[in-house]
Parts: sequence; C-alpha cells; structure tokens
Amino acid sequence: MDKINLQKKALEIRKGALTAVYCASSGHPSGSLGIADILAYLYFEEMNVDPKDPKNPDRDRFVLSKGHTSPAYYAALAEKGFFPKEDLGTFRHMDSYLQGHPDMKHIPGVDMSTGSLGQGISAACGMALSAKISEKKYRVWTILGDGESEEGQVWEAAMFAAHYGLNNLAAFIDFNGLQIDGPVAEVMNPSPLDEKFKAFGWNTVVIDGHDFDQIDMAVKMAKSSIKPTAIICKTIKGKGVSYMENVCSWHGKAPNEEQYNQGMAELLEAEKKLCGALV
Amino acid sequence: MAEKMATREAYGKALVEFGEKYDFVVLDADLAEATKTGIFKKAFPSRFFDCGIAEGNMMSVAAGIAATGKTVFASSFAMFASGRAFEQVRNSIGYPHLNVKIGATHAGISVGEDGATHQCNEDISLMRTIPGMVVLNPADATEARAVVEAALKHEGPVYMRFGRLAVDTIFDKETFKFEIGKGQKLTDGNDVAIISTGLTTSIALSAAQLLKNDGINARLINLASIKPIDKEIIANAAKETGAILTVEEHSIIGGLGSAVCETVCETTPVPVVRHGVYDVFGKSGKAQDLLVDFGFTPEVIAAKAKEAMALKK
Repeated sequence: MDKINLQKKALEIRKGALTAVYCASSGHPSGSLGIADILAYLYFEEMNVDPKDPKNPDRDRFVLSKGHTSPAYYAALAEKGFFPKEDLGTFRHMDSYLQGHPDMKHIPGVDMSTGSLGQGISAACGMALSAKISEKKYRVWTILGDGESEEGQVWEAAMFAAHYGLNNLAAFIDFNGLQIDGPVAEVMNPSPLDEKFKAFGWNTVVIDGHDFDQIDMAVKMAKSSIKPTAIICKTIKGKGVSYMENVCSWHGKAPNEEQYNQGMAELLEAEKKLCGALV
Repeated sequence: MAEKMATREAYGKALVEFGEKYDFVVLDADLAEATKTGIFKKAFPSRFFDCGIAEGNMMSVAAGIAATGKTVFASSFAMFASGRAFEQVRNSIGYPHLNVKIGATHAGISVGEDGATHQCNEDISLMRTIPGMVVLNPADATEARAVVEAALKHEGPVYMRFGRLAVDTIFDKETFKFEIGKGQKLTDGNDVAIISTGLTTSIALSAAQLLKNDGINARLINLASIKPIDKEIIANAAKETGAILTVEEHSIIGGLGSAVCETVCETTPVPVVRHGVYDVFGKSGKAQDLLVDFGFTPEVIAAKAKEAMALKK
C-alpha cells in the first residue's frame, strides 16, 4: 500500500467533491468529504475495476448506499478515469449525466442507482448473492451512513446477508455522528452499531475511517471472513475543510465563492504538505 | 364445463416450464406455498431464494441481482409487492429499468376470507404510474402462462397480477397468442363495448350472452396489457360502439377504467362507465360470495353495459 499516494488521491476526491457542489450551488459536501479516504482506498488500492471496461462481468462492485454523497463518488470515478474531471462542474445541472444521486444507466462506473436510503445495501446483497450463484470471485463493497442505519431495510438486508453467508460483501458504516436534524445520538440513536451487526451474524470491526492502515487492516479482515463484514468507520463529517468539520448545517448546503476558495486553499495546503513529506 | 385453474397456479407452473429454457432466479418473501413459486423451488432449488418476511429488501435484492445481468422473478401478495414495497420497486427496479419481473398474487377481493388488509385493489394504479413499468393482468391460466413468457422476453421491469381463486380457462392453449400492448376482441358487436381485465373477463363473457338475449350486441375486449395499453382497439371500440363499460376487480380509481378513459378522452371521446371496486375496502367472505356482493356477476355487468348505452348522445 502506497499510503502517500492514497492520501493524495483522497485529497483529489475532496477537491473534486467540493468543486462539484460549488459549481452546482447544491448538494451534500460534508458527508462527501467524510468518505473520501474510504473511496480512495477502494478505488486506488482494492477494487478490480477498469475504466476502459466498465461493464466487465467479473469486476468488483461498489454501491453507494448513502447516495447523497455522490460528489465524492463521482470525484473518485473521474480520478480513476471513468469520465473527464471537468464534467464534475456539470454536477446537478440540467441535462448533465451527473445526476444528484447515482444513476447506473448514465454514469460510467456506477454499478447501482441509489439515493433512497436503506436500499443500496439490499442491492449490494443481491450482487453478492449473484456472484455466489455464478461462482464468480468478485467482491461487493458498500458505504452506508450511520443515520441511514435507522432505516428498517438495513436490518432486513443485514439478516439476509448473514443468512446466505455473503462473505463476499462488506459494508463500511460512515459513523460521523451527524444527521440532518442533529447528532444521531439525539435524533434516533442507532448505537451500538458494531454489536447490532454482530447480533445479526456479521463480522464487525471499528476503525478510524481516515486512517489508511486501519482501513487496510479492516479490508483484509473482510476478505478472509466467513461472514459478511461491517466496518464501522469513525469519521469526521466535512473532513479536510475546517469550517465544515463536525458542523451539522453543512449536510446539504453548497459553499459560496469565498468559502469555496478557502476550502480549496486548505486542501491544496494539505497536498503541499504531503508532497513535502515525499522529499 | 370449462377447466378451472387459478392464475397463480399457472404462474408457478410456467416458471417451471420456462425454467428449463431460460436462466433466471426466483425470490419470494415467505409465501412460496401461496404464490406458487414453491413449484419452481421444488424443481430448481438452487435458483430459488426465500427472503423471509421482508418485501422491501426482497425488491432491492432483486434489483441487485438484475444489475449483474440476471433476470429475476420476485413474488409476494399484490398488497405487499406493490404497496409495502412500492418505493423499492420504483427506485431500485423502475428507475434503473432492471430486469425484475414481479409476480404479484392474491390480487383483488377474490382473496376471500383474509379480508381487507390482504385484498389489494390499488396495485394496477400504483404500478402503472412508474415510468417504464409494464403492467399485465391475465384473465385465465392460458393467458397467465403467456404473460410469464412475454415478461421473460421483455427487456425491463414487468408487474404481473395473478389471482388466488380458480377461474374458468377461456383461452385455448394451442391457439392463444399474447403480445404486450395488445388486447383481444372476444365477441363482435357495435351496440356497446365491454372492456375487461383479469378474472372479470370470463364473467363479462356471460354478460355479453345475457345482452345478446336482449338483442344487444356487445363487443367484449380483454385487456391483460394495461400498460402499455392497446390504444387502437380502444379507439376503434369507442368509434364503432359509441359507449364503453370497463370491468375490473380493482378500484375504479387509477386502474383499467382510468386507463381506458385516458385513451378515450384523448382519441375518441364517448361515454365510459367504470365498474369495479367503488372506492371502498374489501371484507372477509368466500371469494364467490364476495364477487357477487361487489357486483361481479353477469347480471350486474349487463345492467352496467345498458347504463353506458343510455349515455350515448
């Protein structure tokens, strides 16, 4: 694992996500910034996907169950080469293929249309079951929100995955502790998620979702598990843009020009530091 | 007497028959015995997956399997397939236009004793509003088999509506042809048109005979394909008969009656009377008694046809 490279990729994803939301004057920036490291690991370290052959039946699959964080997803796909980075500027614009929420019919690299919370993990179960039926080796990865786990369907899916022994499926739970109406602990406390998934028959691990060593360890654990794996990732919503970090109101709001410039400056600064570390 | 078979039974048998030739998987939500997917489970155990009592998850799982290139049949009672799981059907299956074929059984009041909670009279209405969704409601066992085959060959989502009650087989297995988007004329006549779907078609056939006895030639049209709908057969019926009665074991709001009215209004405006479930819930009782109680008899249908005729200018 080239950690510096992954950190650079994560910064690229954060810059792309922030730019997409800024250009759209709409979208979900802070949740996107929070999952950038997980996406960087999946797309630049783990997953077997090829932008030149996006429909390869043997490819690994990814489902963004928390579909509203599409800005980070699209930035990761663009960084990987599925479509031009400039197109991120058309996000949420009329007639752009980069729809507000992931659209598998029109966006290269998107494996499942999502947006309505709770449904993506079920679809990921279906993909993992399909691999078992066809005796294919591909794996299925999904990212859920902590607030999303308030949806009953998440637990229907959790039961299903354990029942059918879908050890080719792993779910990252983006535990940033915030949802639209406030802290998850106050709105509708889903904790303890590790114990809940464990009780549903999953292998579970709790990690720092911004630490590549820990993500690496958790992914290796998932790949050797005989059960589906839930990776509970403690994350900072808005990670990398100081004024957004842990601030609930940035869930679904775009930065103005000044805020955008400040955010980009902070991310560029982090990049500069990272490059300094290389010398 | 005509042979009787429930369309759900024909559905289960068709899954086995086509299971030999086509590669698909079947999901159910703990109702395989009732929906008759259990017949498929017995024949192809490795291609059948029970999702337990979790219809929302089942529909999104079906979408996930379909997203990897497989065709999936997902079954439950109409109430839960179209009602409880509506949003999963819309967003996980409809929006990405995936190859999921929903086999919804126990539609309408002929569910019988289970009563209102299980008698879905709203599913056609719900399903036909989803962009790209095909909605098929076969009249008998022969048409049910044909509908399954058509769904398999169709690229995209299909909602198939089947019944619990054994009904007369009115179509000949050897000669029957079904095409998505096409209806069939069962009797000729220019005095009034009766357009029916599902199990009411065999009752409407008897109604047409009653009308004939009164010297009225009714044109009976069977429409299993409610979406897409056969605009030509409806417009011609409107033009040539001047009055239409629709008959369905479904709410008069949003189902076949509404779909026919939409076509008639936009092509050849003539009076339309909608006969169906009149914006009320069902109730417990024997299926045959309920059909009588809700007015699904040759006598009531014939009287309704006369009402439609009386509205002619």
